[in-house]
Amino acid sequence: MKQKFTGGLPFVLAAAAVFFALREVLGITEIVNAYWQLILDQAMIITIASIGLSIIYGFCGQFSLGHAAFYGLGAYAAGLISKLYGHGNYGVFLLGLVAAAAFAGMVAFLIGRPILRLRSDYLGIATMGFGIIVKVLMDYSNKWIPATNGATGMTGVPQIAKFPAVFIVLLLVVLLVRNLRLSSFGRAWMAVRDDEIAADAMGVDTTRVKTLAFVLGCALAGLAGGLYAHRYPIVHPSSFDFLKSFDFLIIVVAGGLGSLSGTVVTGISWVFLLEVLRAVLGQSFIDFRGVLYALALILVIILRPKGLLSGLEWQALIPRHVPGARSAGRPAEPGADGSMKGGMPDAGA
Amino acid sequence: MIEAINQILNGLQLGSVYALIALGYTMVYGIIRLINFAHGDVFMVGAFVAFFSTASWGLPFYIAVPLSMAVCAVLGVTIERLAYRPLRYQARIAALISAIGVSLFIEYGTSLKFVFGPNFRVVPRPFNVAQWDVGGVQFSNIQVIVLVTVVVLLTALQYMVTRTKMGKAMRAVSFDHDAARLMGINVDAIISYTFALGSALAAAGGVLYSAAYPQINPFMGIMPGLKAFTAAVLGGIGNIPGAMLGSLIMGEVDVLSAAYLSSRLRDVFSFSILILVLLIKPSGLLGKAGPEKV
Repeated sequence: MKQKFTGGLPFVLAAAAVFFALREVLGITEIVNAYWQLILDQAMIITIASIGLSIIYGFCGQFSLGHAAFYGLGAYAAGLISKLYGHGNYGVFLLGLVAAAAFAGMVAFLIGRPILRLRSDYLGIATMGFGIIVKVLMDYSNKWIPATNGATGMTGVPQIAKFPAVFIVLLLVVLLVRNLRLSSFGRAWMAVRDDEIAADAMGVDTTRVKTLAFVLGCALAGLAGGLYAHRYPIVHPSSFDFLKSFDFLIIVVAGGLGSLSGTVVTGISWVFLLEVLRAVLGQSFIDFRGVLYALALILVIILRPKGLLSGLEWQALIPRHVPGARSAGRPAEPGADGSMKGGMPDAGA
Repeated sequence: MIEAINQILNGLQLGSVYALIALGYTMVYGIIRLINFAHGDVFMVGAFVAFFSTASWGLPFYIAVPLSMAVCAVLGVTIERLAYRPLRYQARIAALISAIGVSLFIEYGTSLKFVFGPNFRVVPRPFNVAQWDVGGVQFSNIQVIVLVTVVVLLTALQYMVTRTKMGKAMRAVSFDHDAARLMGINVDAIISYTFALGSALAAAGGVLYSAAYPQINPFMGIMPGLKAFTAAVLGGIGNIPGAMLGSLIMGEVDVLSAAYLSSRLRDVFSFSILILVLLIKPSGLLGKAGPEKV
């Protein structure tokens, strides 16, 4: 039975156009000033990387705690190319973005081939270990490539990733992931997520599916890193340590595993929450920001354990009749293979 | 050669502190399959309580240590009650996110000025440091105290888990919650007890760590916590002897790679070993394939 899924595309594009126009108007009226523009750009960049993790964990069920490493690899790859050869040239900028995605994807392929044999928490720990290794190597990188400046952080990357560029990349990424999600690839991801053994028995090449999801997700993180390097004046190793990986994980889980709309909405609102907290608290209470952030996180997950938008997808993005679009009620659980369940009672038991 | 023996002794000291933290991780994981990311912060609180009770309130060391263990036991049980129990029947990832939230909450909460404050504090030595020299091999009374305390605590724990009724109940709960409940075991109470026990051990680890490396701050728990957790995974998470073995390996790798290879790259070595071991033996050195038990 073949379904047509193209119906929502004009709505997505229209919504994007409205958002873009709104931003332009608000930008002219100075409601969106340079500061909030910076936050908006950051939110979109974080969202692109989170969509990458959403593919790996939300769609395909592979627990990765090393996402920030790939984000950082992309930032360094694109940043170095632009810094050394670009000097503000848009062609080199685009080349840098492609190189960032390709580099992150390639590293993901090399590390993913062996490491994706691990399951659930073990995979998470191994990827986290990899993330820490990459962070230490970034601190050390000036031994091999002096231009990275090692632990002091790389400066001198031309700041040319302005709002339209970031916005267009985000839109393209959303459309790409939407289409993949609706394709047979997407169905294979969901099959592996829900039950790897059953998927294998039904003829899904699970190794290939998992590797592809991992490579693609990490390439998106690299792409986001490439944008980051061209938006912020300093590329510093500490921006890519394992705590940053938790940010992506939090966004994907809080948005609702397996929900593309959820990842986009949460990604953008989570970054804004942090900044609004800064604005609301003011200078004298700024120390409370981390505490309130942590409290918000605990409350969100206790009140909505399956994520804010779990089981909900924007119709135009993922239509209701697509398999799995509204079935996120059974989220990908580390250990969905059954081998790790042990004494944990099943939901509702 | 003598130098190497000294370094190995240092590694043993660090590894045994890791072991105290790793046991909390491994017991909690064994019983509710949760990576308790807040455990490293319990370790930090333990160090701070001992610091305040000796430096500010003038309590003797042998009272400060049990006091800090008791405070942390209460803290661990409270964390479980408020942040993990509401999520007991949800997907495990929800509790993991909650654990990350608790970890951040403790770190930022305690670094507020009216709690512990954000700065590094220097821990005064609770006793005079004596340095001995046996044929060139140097060791201090701190190393002896650390090792003796760790051995005593671990023996007590091993006895508790394998010989007492409580330990039997813990093993039953980790094996199957529902069956244990049907046998009349109060599962919630056992889980609380596990958290109390693990947190008390982490507090002891925090005190010993701050006696050996006398500088503390609210974020000090992150790296040792992570290393200890890695050690627990390395040895086979859920497995108590595995956690000890993993911790000793981790401590030795840390110290020896810092001494002989590169101190800046030492995390690369420790985590590379973790990845290599997992690739060869996916459930850790002493881990069994399939569900892990306490």
